[in-house]
Amino acid sequence: MVNEVVDHGRRRFLTVTTSVVGGVGVVAAAVPFIKSWEPSARARAAGAPVTVDISKIEPGQKLTVAWRSLPVFIVNRSKAQLDALPGVDGRLADPKSDRVSAGQQPAYAQNETRSIKPEWLVVIGICTHLGCVPDFVPKVGAEPFDPDWRGGFYCPCHKSRYDMAGRVFAGVPAPKNLEVPKYHFVDDHTIQIGVDPKEAG
Amino acid sequence: MTKRALLSIVLAFGLLAGSRTLRAAEEGALPPAGTNVGDRASLQRGARLFFNYCVGCHSIKYARYSRIAEDLGLGEQEVMDNLNFTGAKFQDPVVSHMPADLAQQWFGKAPPDLSLEVRAKTADWVYAYLNGFYLDPTRPVGWNNRIFPNASMPFPLWELQGVQVAVRQPGSEEIDRLSMAQPGKLSLAEYQRAARDLTAFLEYVSEPAALQRHRYGIWVLLFLVGFTLLAYALKREYWKDVH
Amino acid sequence: MATVFSRLGAWFTERAPGLAPVYRKHVTEYYAPKNFNLWYYFGSLALLVLVNQILTGIFLTMNYKTSAAEAFDSVEYIMRDVEWGWLIRYMHSTGASLFFVVVFLHMFRGLMYGSYQKPRELVWILGMLIFLVLMAEAFMGYVLPWGNMSFWGAKVIISLFGTIPVIGGSLVEWIMGDYLPADATLNRFFALHVIALPLVLLLLVVLHLAALHEVGSNNPDGVDVKHGPKGSRWGADKPADGIPFHPYYTVKDLSGVGFFLIVAAFIVFFEPTFGGWFLEHDNFVPANNLATPLHIKPVWYFTPFYAILRMVPSFFGTAIWGVIGMFGAIALLFLMPWIDAGKVRSIRYRGTGFKVALGLFVLSFFGLALVGMGVTAEAIPAWFPHADVTVWENLFGRLMALLYFGYFLFLGLYTRLGWETTKPVPERVTTHD
Repeated sequence: MVNEVVDHGRRRFLTVTTSVVGGVGVVAAAVPFIKSWEPSARARAAGAPVTVDISKIEPGQKLTVAWRSLPVFIVNRSKAQLDALPGVDGRLADPKSDRVSAGQQPAYAQNETRSIKPEWLVVIGICTHLGCVPDFVPKVGAEPFDPDWRGGFYCPCHKSRYDMAGRVFAGVPAPKNLEVPKYHFVDDHTIQIGVDPKEAG
Repeated sequence: MTKRALLSIVLAFGLLAGSRTLRAAEEGALPPAGTNVGDRASLQRGARLFFNYCVGCHSIKYARYSRIAEDLGLGEQEVMDNLNFTGAKFQDPVVSHMPADLAQQWFGKAPPDLSLEVRAKTADWVYAYLNGFYLDPTRPVGWNNRIFPNASMPFPLWELQGVQVAVRQPGSEEIDRLSMAQPGKLSLAEYQRAARDLTAFLEYVSEPAALQRHRYGIWVLLFLVGFTLLAYALKREYWKDVH
Repeated sequence: MATVFSRLGAWFTERAPGLAPVYRKHVTEYYAPKNFNLWYYFGSLALLVLVNQILTGIFLTMNYKTSAAEAFDSVEYIMRDVEWGWLIRYMHSTGASLFFVVVFLHMFRGLMYGSYQKPRELVWILGMLIFLVLMAEAFMGYVLPWGNMSFWGAKVIISLFGTIPVIGGSLVEWIMGDYLPADATLNRFFALHVIALPLVLLLLVVLHLAALHEVGSNNPDGVDVKHGPKGSRWGADKPADGIPFHPYYTVKDLSGVGFFLIVAAFIVFFEPTFGGWFLEHDNFVPANNLATPLHIKPVWYFTPFYAILRMVPSFFGTAIWGVIGMFGAIALLFLMPWIDAGKVRSIRYRGTGFKVALGLFVLSFFGLALVGMGVTAEAIPAWFPHADVTVWENLFGRLMALLYFGYFLFLGLYTRLGWETTKPVPERVTTHD
């Protein structure tokens, strides 16, 4: 009983095969557990696209709506505010949004006004520094934090400044322009946040 | 070893079969509903019935329109146009618009949520309930039910099924059978199919995961059988050492 | 590859020289009898189910809400909105029932082959403690979904403590933290179910195994392998009938695990409620303190003990006798090593009286389960339409309860009064398969 021949090749083959198949099983069994951490149907429902009636927003005014629990600023920029935009280019970190802020907007909003329609600005109101909600300071004129203010957003937490297109100033803590979410115009008075113009067809 | 393993398989399935028979006995042997949650067309017809006749009073608050659309193979527009009459958003749960206090006033109690009705009562029961309404002037809403005596629910499908009345043996309170006093829009077979579809839809609503379970289960079992055969071969190989 | 492992091994040995001997003692050089049969799979399977319960349980707590107002909704949220939540929940609920299937078979194995006898009394007692904690764990877990069966199950079980004279009433309120099972009850049961009892359970399992490995495993012949003849291919001083646990029993248990998983997966994917026995119909109705479910009964694994509770009548104005009977049914199992004074362990070599008694004991267990599940209450009127159900059910149930308790009484007398005629126990283990 001691000296019998063991087929080591077969034994090794079966050990390795069983281990590999068992390992595949364990990995497959882990998948549902890992996936259970993904946003649930309820979270996805709460993060569903938001449709907003913008007909009541006067020029120069801002409306804040919640999308995926984030504050989204919708600003109807006045002619004066739009005209002031090119004038601050020299003081901005990335005026054309093509360097550090290249990923901060969909391609269709990567332009001078960072918007689909020039007057309508849609940005997520979360400072790109540490996540505070910036104040909307639309008035053109000297402000305590900037003697040459042309209107825009000012973050109360660490004094980051953005212009009327959500573009960040150079030399402030925030590194990037405010993020523009996916959105499209359903009609002239309605926008939907969370859906690309292309997705909407 | 093999013989015993086989024996235990037989025992396990025997137990399962036994438990089913027992359940059937427990329910006083209701006729089987014959539902099939794998039949998408049946679920779609059932959904249409539910949203046309039931949702006015009954919520299915754990089900979302979007999930129903996905599982039943319906488009968003289709669901929003044909099934959603409350103005709810596509991702919202299906909640009836009937105010609870008014319902209390009309029916004596608020209509229950039906999300889990089939799991709580079984499909056979729901199917029998839908077939069991009869005219009863002594009840506040004018209807009674053979399966659920003194239910406070009026019968919204009467136009489809028709009006049944109870037939009793002379001198007995016991109901012998129900007879059709006034035929409805549907024939008997058509109505039974409608009731079956509606039951199937509620069965799906009570456990949407059933669709996934069946889909994945077969692959899991095949994998496990393969693994077990391998593990058994491995055991046989090592145990050649043992005498 | 091999050198990486050996270098890693050397690294550990240098820093913790005590680890490798522990591994050898419990795995590679734990010599188990070579004649284990089908009944010896259930120990490792119980461990597998324990791991399953802990893993799936942890993931369930991530979405479960511990409040009377939200608990029921959160379970449906897991079943519908959480990705794969249904699978995790069914694995947990099926695991709970299969835990008891496996543990009952494991315990029956011990009774059959005398695994509780000297020198394994400590292993048996630790095992019985595991069983006791497991019952508490299962009961509290059953309450958490806060369905109507959860609620009423909690109410009835907690009321058992109310039968204790003098302090009963205030004890019940203290356990519930309210006048009915309520938010406070749910919260404390959750705390006990997810952390306190699992910790105790794990500790007991470690001790159970440690105690087993001190004395060595029993086997279907009840032969003492550890102190028997020596000499095998693993060494002249190794037990002649022992084989290293690893690899021989690890690969054998692995195929057992595969077979068990096939059965478990079949239930999880195709029959998760198991016809209303693993997940009950009435527990898909939210807790309602005004309406007791029509078919109120405990979940199947408690039914034999619950039946004893029901079969013992109250007298002297108190219902405590049933409670004593129920807990006594479990307490007697603890005492098995001392009740059975027989010198032969395995049923293979014991007297006919022992075989018949054990058979009747198993019969009484199933009979009591039928009473507890309410099967007799359904079957008697179906078969004998004119019989008085209560009278016949009580007669049957009490007969079963007498058989259950009679087993212990009989065994004590049988082995002490010299009634047992045993067969000669072989020197070495035998293999039948």
